Order: sequence, then structure tokens, then C-alpha cells
Amino acid sequence: MSEAVDVKTLQINGHEVSALRGQTILQVARENDIDIPTLCHLDGLSDVGACRLCLVEIKGSNKLLPACVATVYEGMEVTTDTERLQKHRKTILELLFAERNHICSVCVSNGHCELQSLAQQEGVTHVRFPYRNPELTVDASHERFTVDHNRCVLCTRCVRVCAEVEGAHVWDVMGRGINSTIITDLNDNWGESSCTRCGKCVQVCPTGALFDKSKIGSDHPKYPDFLPYLNEMREAQ
Amino acid sequence: MPAFTPPPLPSDDKRWKIVNGTMRKNGFARHALIETLHTVQSSFGYLDDDAIRFVARSLRVPLSQAYGVVTFYHYFSLKPPGKHTVTVCAGTACYIKGADNLIAAAEKHLGIKQGQTTKDGNISLMTARCVGACSRAPVVLSDGAVSGEVTSEQMLAQLERWAVE
Amino acid sequence: MTIEELEQIAKSVALENAKYDYEVNVCLDLACASQGADKLREALVAAADASGKKVLVRRTGCMGPCSSGPLVRVDPDETLYRHVSNTNADAIVASLGGAPVAELQCDLNEHFDLQTRVVLENAGHIDPEKIDDYISRDGYKALLTALAEMTPNGVVHRITESGLRGRGGGGYPTGLKWGTVAKAGGDLKYVVCNGDEGDPGAFMDRSVMEGDPHRVIEGMAIAAYAVGASKGFIYVRAEYPVAVARLTSALRDARRPGLLGSNISGTTFNFDIEIRLGAGAFVCGEETALIASIEGRRGTPKPRPPYPAVSGLWGKPTLINNVETYANIAPIVRNGGKWFAGMGSERSKGTKVFALTGKITNTGLVEVPMGIKLREIIEVIGGGVPGGHTFKAVQTGGPSGGCIPAELLDLGVSYDALLAAGSIMGSGGMIVMDDTSCMVNVAKFFIEFCMTESCGKCIPCRAGTAQMHTLLTRICEGSATMDDLELLEELCSTVKEASLCGLGQTAPNPVLSTLKYFRNEYIEHILHQRCPAGVCKIETPVADQPAVEVLA
Repeated sequence: MSEAVDVKTLQINGHEVSALRGQTILQVARENDIDIPTLCHLDGLSDVGACRLCLVEIKGSNKLLPACVATVYEGMEVTTDTERLQKHRKTILELLFAERNHICSVCVSNGHCELQSLAQQEGVTHVRFPYRNPELTVDASHERFTVDHNRCVLCTRCVRVCAEVEGAHVWDVMGRGINSTIITDLNDNWGESSCTRCGKCVQVCPTGALFDKSKIGSDHPKYPDFLPYLNEMREAQ
Repeated sequence: MPAFTPPPLPSDDKRWKIVNGTMRKNGFARHALIETLHTVQSSFGYLDDDAIRFVARSLRVPLSQAYGVVTFYHYFSLKPPGKHTVTVCAGTACYIKGADNLIAAAEKHLGIKQGQTTKDGNISLMTARCVGACSRAPVVLSDGAVSGEVTSEQMLAQLERWAVE
Repeated sequence: MTIEELEQIAKSVALENAKYDYEVNVCLDLACASQGADKLREALVAAADASGKKVLVRRTGCMGPCSSGPLVRVDPDETLYRHVSNTNADAIVASLGGAPVAELQCDLNEHFDLQTRVVLENAGHIDPEKIDDYISRDGYKALLTALAEMTPNGVVHRITESGLRGRGGGGYPTGLKWGTVAKAGGDLKYVVCNGDEGDPGAFMDRSVMEGDPHRVIEGMAIAAYAVGASKGFIYVRAEYPVAVARLTSALRDARRPGLLGSNISGTTFNFDIEIRLGAGAFVCGEETALIASIEGRRGTPKPRPPYPAVSGLWGKPTLINNVETYANIAPIVRNGGKWFAGMGSERSKGTKVFALTGKITNTGLVEVPMGIKLREIIEVIGGGVPGGHTFKAVQTGGPSGGCIPAELLDLGVSYDALLAAGSIMGSGGMIVMDDTSCMVNVAKFFIEFCMTESCGKCIPCRAGTAQMHTLLTRICEGSATMDDLELLEELCSTVKEASLCGLGQTAPNPVLSTLKYFRNEYIEHILHQRCPAGVCKIETPVADQPAVEVLA
């Protein structure tokens, strides 16, 4: 890079850290081993700021900012773990658990689920909201994969990886609000859609909503770490 | 890459030419999706899979994205409307003036829920967010014609007239 | 076209009008039209022809007091007739030159005396489909003056000086917004008019687009000149077919004499406007969602910054203002920023149009100087609550606003005062409620609205509004506990603070404001299974449900 490197100095949770202009709060925090919980964010995909778990407080502003998209500026004072933030994070996770039918004990992702680990990490021990128990379908029409809408958190990682990395845009969201669901093509069965069978969506899914049929029981880890590598190699072409 | 050729019209129904006209006017640009869907709906009354597929292919919009757009906006309908449509405005002023009673009365009378069409395909019962005639709440649209300060009796009388036509 | 040519047109319109002894103006806005104003106009034309008198029958936009419609105003005497039907046409024409028709005359002096008309100055005076009518009332003079005598910066300065704030809801200073877009780099910029008017209960934008479409176009053209844009979009709700038709023909009429297009008025300024139809999504009133919708995508908001002023439509700097904001521009440019700043209150300048509806005698559109007391709007202009009922609350700001109780009626209307009272200005809907409205039920109505209009992108709004709806339903059904109420309040705080866009951030307002002023109604439902207003149908109390569910 020929341009002069523009370095910003800021504080996160009282620690002085330095960052490059244009970096997000999340990037800088993670470089400095400061944990900020995320769900819709995934290294290698565009950020949408939708799950709101990465909200942080900025001194001098009453507004909470999503660390995944908010960029740093000189002298910024960020706090990532106030009581107020913890309360909102817990509530958001509870809302997710109550929204669909998350039954960890029978889920293929039990033990490898990002929603589950977030709940443990944030100390969600019970859900105060009434479970909505929606009637949702399971589509097993695909030869290799299954989508179980009961476990979907609508993070749209599958939509983004398919559009941005695979370049197929087979997934998208239909409907709106509480009735939103992910779909393939014109809400067609996954097995009959224009799916390229690459399996990236399954690897990036944080829960057991998208899973590999060939795996049995609950031992179903996912490996989304290929994305930054893939992007790097593509840019190098 | 070879030049893009839009797909052929789904049938020789003249309405497809109107739809194609909207897309041509916009240079088959992706951003014309909603405009084109409006044209389809005003020409055919609703949007079916074939129509969405045709528009999506013509504008090179991924199918799932097109379907996502159609289902996002409440104005678009995936089902053909009834011969007649009664729309009860469910805006705030209408609600305060008892629109929910009108909706309940229409649902009971027609034996359907809002958003549905009677089995014989005669009457669709819809609700609107607000038609902007709030000063005459509650408002009912009978096949698009606005009436204000509507009572259940007046609305049911209209439904009766449609039923015996 | 030059200013001299404009004046020529104005003169010829005046000459043409001078041929008539009387002008009979018929309001053909939606409320009057829905009561047969069309037939009335035809009958008046026929009666005028038969009488041999020199009468000009003109159709106009909204005159204001819709509850008295169909309305007819006879000039030059400014006699206002109410509830006129086509059978009255002969009598009205016969009375011209003599005494007015007493039984149709309406006395709304009090209603009009407290009003100041800027945005609605032409409403009821021009035929919305005649560009010459608009020009005869100083139309397009501001645009051509700005082009001939002012720099773009000078225009921004004048708007800043006026103190005008966005009329769409947030109240962001318009001049500041224009300045940001003007300073943004790049040679391609856009000007967008937000005509989505999603707030149920507000219809001033519809009325302006239908009744005075050129005013919006002129405001946008001035804005485009000020910020350096060459292309504009008007985003109109598909529910407003008449507005779409009027704007379409107005755009055509403005292009013909070169008021839109290339090298406007012989300058290097090029500008044209396209109409884009909304498709039924309240969230598209939010700037980033509106942009997504114009681009043909799902109307889901994006985190800001970047603001549209820097990166908007197709990534280009984009100025977005709402209809009423643009409608204020031409008069400000014509009369100066100081003139505008001379009206209104300390931090809210000018006038505001309100749509007065609900349990109030005079429903319709009113335009008042900012700072006017709510009481004056409701009791004097609005004529109070009819039918012997008592006033309970006025809801402002639509689903993002709140309910203001009787004890705050002496509040002066301004952005800040309404915010401090737990509501917002919003786009200007004012829905009056009396003792027959249950405030818990009203809160539930708004949350149901927000739930169905939530785009579903962020969790707090998507799932939070749904849970709020469940809890409010429990309260209305009399099956809630005090724990539910506590949970509801906690949920409100998360939805308000953690949601991505304005829709979610303001969705709890109707609940929070009714809890603030009408908490006793919630308590009555919960502890005594009783709806004080008698709206909620509460059946036999249900046994307590466990409030805590174990995580599976």
C-alpha cells in the first residue's frame, strides 16, 4: 500500500488500542482479544448489523452502535460489557429461543451451536417470554442437506454466502417480520431448486437449521473458516 | 460473455406485451423489478409463479430475490382476487371509529378471514393500512370506490347486492 | 422559461378569471369526492350554464374541514357552504349576486382564524391539474429566481436560516441535510421525495400531492439546484392512485415549458423527476429502506452511518425529504428565511399541517403555526369532542408516537415538547380519543401494526414486537399478571434501544406513553379483570400461567 497508513487511537473498555482508519470496532476489539458476542457476523461475509448482539456503548452518545459495522474514529471510547448491554443481549437471546422451536437435546448441532454457546456465555438460564411454538416445516428434499426452519434464527448468513461467495443467490428471505423465512428460489423445495450443491450455506449456518444428512446424531460441527481464505484467493486472481 | 437475450413471452396473451413494455422502458434494469411487478399485478390481478419467473429472468434478478420482494410488500398478491373486493381501512382513525367491528361483521357474513376470497370466487375481503380518508372514518372501499362513515348495515347491504348479482 | 414569461402567464390567467363575475370552487379531495362532489360539480356547471351568469366552476384540492364536506366556496365573497349535494346546485347559482343560501352556509371562522396557511396556501384555490393556476399564484417563481439570482450555497443558506426541520417525523434540520449533500463529492447525486406517508391517520402529504402537485415538484427542483443533483424520484404509496395520476400529469406539464429537463431557464441546470410506486410497506418511510425499495429490493433498513446524504441511492449522495418539507421550500425561497423563522416557536419554526381525526367535531386538515397549544387545536379549531363524551387523549406521531392526556393539553406543539411528553411530531396525524377508547387496546393496536410492518431483519423488532403483542393481548384478555407487565416494560427498553431502525426504536412509544399516563387502565385489566372503557371483552379469569419456562 502506497498511501500513508492512517492510525487511530481509541479506548475499548479502558484499554488504549490503535486501529487503522476504516476498521470496525469489532475488528479492532478482536485483534486485541476483547470479546464482543456476534451472531449474524461472519468473517468473510458482508455485515448487516441485524442480530444486535454486538451493540456497544460509545462515550458521549446515548445511541448503541453495532460493532460489526461501526467504524473507529480518533479518541473514541468504547465499552462492550456494561450492565445495560448485557441486559439487552440476554433479552435478545431469549427472544430468539422463544421465537421458534429450539430444542437443544434433539438437535444435530447440540454442542456445536452458536446460539447455544452464546446463551451459555451470556448466562441465559431461562426464557421469560412465552414460547411462540410456530408450526414450521422441515425440507429434506435435497440429496445431501436438510433445512429445518424450526431452528433458523434468520441471521441470513446462508443468503449472503450463496449470493456473495458462491455467486448463485439461491437463498433469500420471504415474507416480513415475525413471518419471515428463508427460501430457495420461488419457495421451491431445496432439492428441486437451482442449488449448486456446494454446501457453503450449511457450513456457515450457526445453528442446526441447515445440516448435512450424512452426519448422524448430534455430532455435527461446522467449518466456516474457509471463507476469508476463499475471499483472499479470489482477490489475488 | 454472450449478450443477454430476455426470455420469450410466456404466452401470446397481450398483457405480457404490457409487462414487457415496462421492462423495456427501464432498459431491463434490475431496479425495475417492483415497477414491473406492479404492471403484472395491474394487468393480471395477481402474481403467479410463472409471472415472477418471467420477470425475474428478464431482469436477471435471482428467483429467490424476486420472490422475497413479492412477499415483502403487502400490495402484491399471489392469489387471484375475487370478482368483487371489499377493503376495510384498518388505519388508526378508522380503528378508533370501530373498523374492527366492520371487519368482524364482514368476516362473519362472508365466512372467510381478512385476506381471503369466498369459495365461489365472488368476494375478496381485504384490509388496508390507511387510504388517507381518515377524516371520514371508518372507511370502506367497494371495488375501489371510497365510502366514509360506513356502518355495518351499509357494508353488509353492499355485500348482499354483490352476492345476488 | 423566464420570470417574465411566468408573469405573462399569471397575467393572462388573471385576465381570463376577470371574465367571470363569480368563482365557485368545489373541493374534490378524497373526503368530499367520496360524498358525491363529482356529481355536484357537474350539476354546478350545468346550473351555471343555464343561468346565463358569468360563473367559473373550479375543482380544487382539500379545503380543510372534511367533516363538513362536500364543501363549496363562492368567491369573491368567500362564502363557504357545507354538506352540499347536487340538488343544491341551482340554489347556489341562483343566489350569486344576492344573499347566500342560508341553510348551507357554515360558520367556521373560529376554525380558520387560528390557522396560518403556507403549505396549504393554494389548497382550495387552484385546479390541481392546471399548471397555469399554480403559476398565477407565484408558482415556479421561486425556482426561476433561485436559478437567476442565487448560488446553490445561497439557497442552502436561506433554508438553514429559515430553521425548517424535516416534516416527515424526525425533525432533522433541513438546511443541515442539504448542506451535507451539497458538500458530498461526486457529480451524480439524487433528490428523493418521500411520499410514502405510512402513518395511518395522516393524509396531508396525499392532499398536497393531489391538490398542489407542482409545489412538490418546484421544491424538489430548488433542492436539486442547491445540492447539485440532476435526477429526482418521488416515492408514492400505491394506495394513492390519484396522487400518482396528478403528479404524472404535473410532471408532463412542467416539462413542456422547460421547467424540468435540460438547461432549465437557459441555465446549465438540468433536472428531471421519475415516480416510483411503493407497494405497501410502512418501513419504507425509513430512508435506507426507501432507497432499497427504489432500487427494486426488499425494503429493509441498513445501519447508518453511512447516511444517504453521503451514500444513498446506488451509493450516490442522496437528499431525502418528505412531501410537506418540499412544499415549504418555494415560499421560503420567495419570502426569505427570516420570514419563515418569524413563525413558530423557539426551535420549531414555521407552520405544521395536522390531520385531525378520530372523536372530534371538525375532522380534516389544519395548518397552524408551531407552538400553538394542543388545546387550541382540539377545542377551538377541532370543535372539541362530539356526542357529550369527554376527551381522553390525543395520539400524535402515528405508530411511532404516543398518547397525550388531557392534563397536557396546554402543551405548545413543537418537536421538542412532544418528544418530552413521550410522543413525537411524526408526520402530523392527530387522532383524538374519548372515554370510549381503551388505552391498553390502543397500545395493542399500534403494536400489532408495528409487528406486521416490521421488516424482520433485526431481532429486537421482529421478535420483540411479537412478544409485546402477546403480552398486551394477555392484558386485554384479563389473563396477565403483574410479572407480565414488568416483562413488557423491560422488553420495551430493549426494543427501543437495540433495534436497527426508527421503526423498531419507536415501536414501544405507544406502550410507554400509555403506561406513563394511563397506567391505572393496565392495572385494572390485570388485577381486576376489568376494562374501564368497556372495550376489551374479558371473560372469566384464567388460572395463573407459569411466567418462567425452563430452557430445553
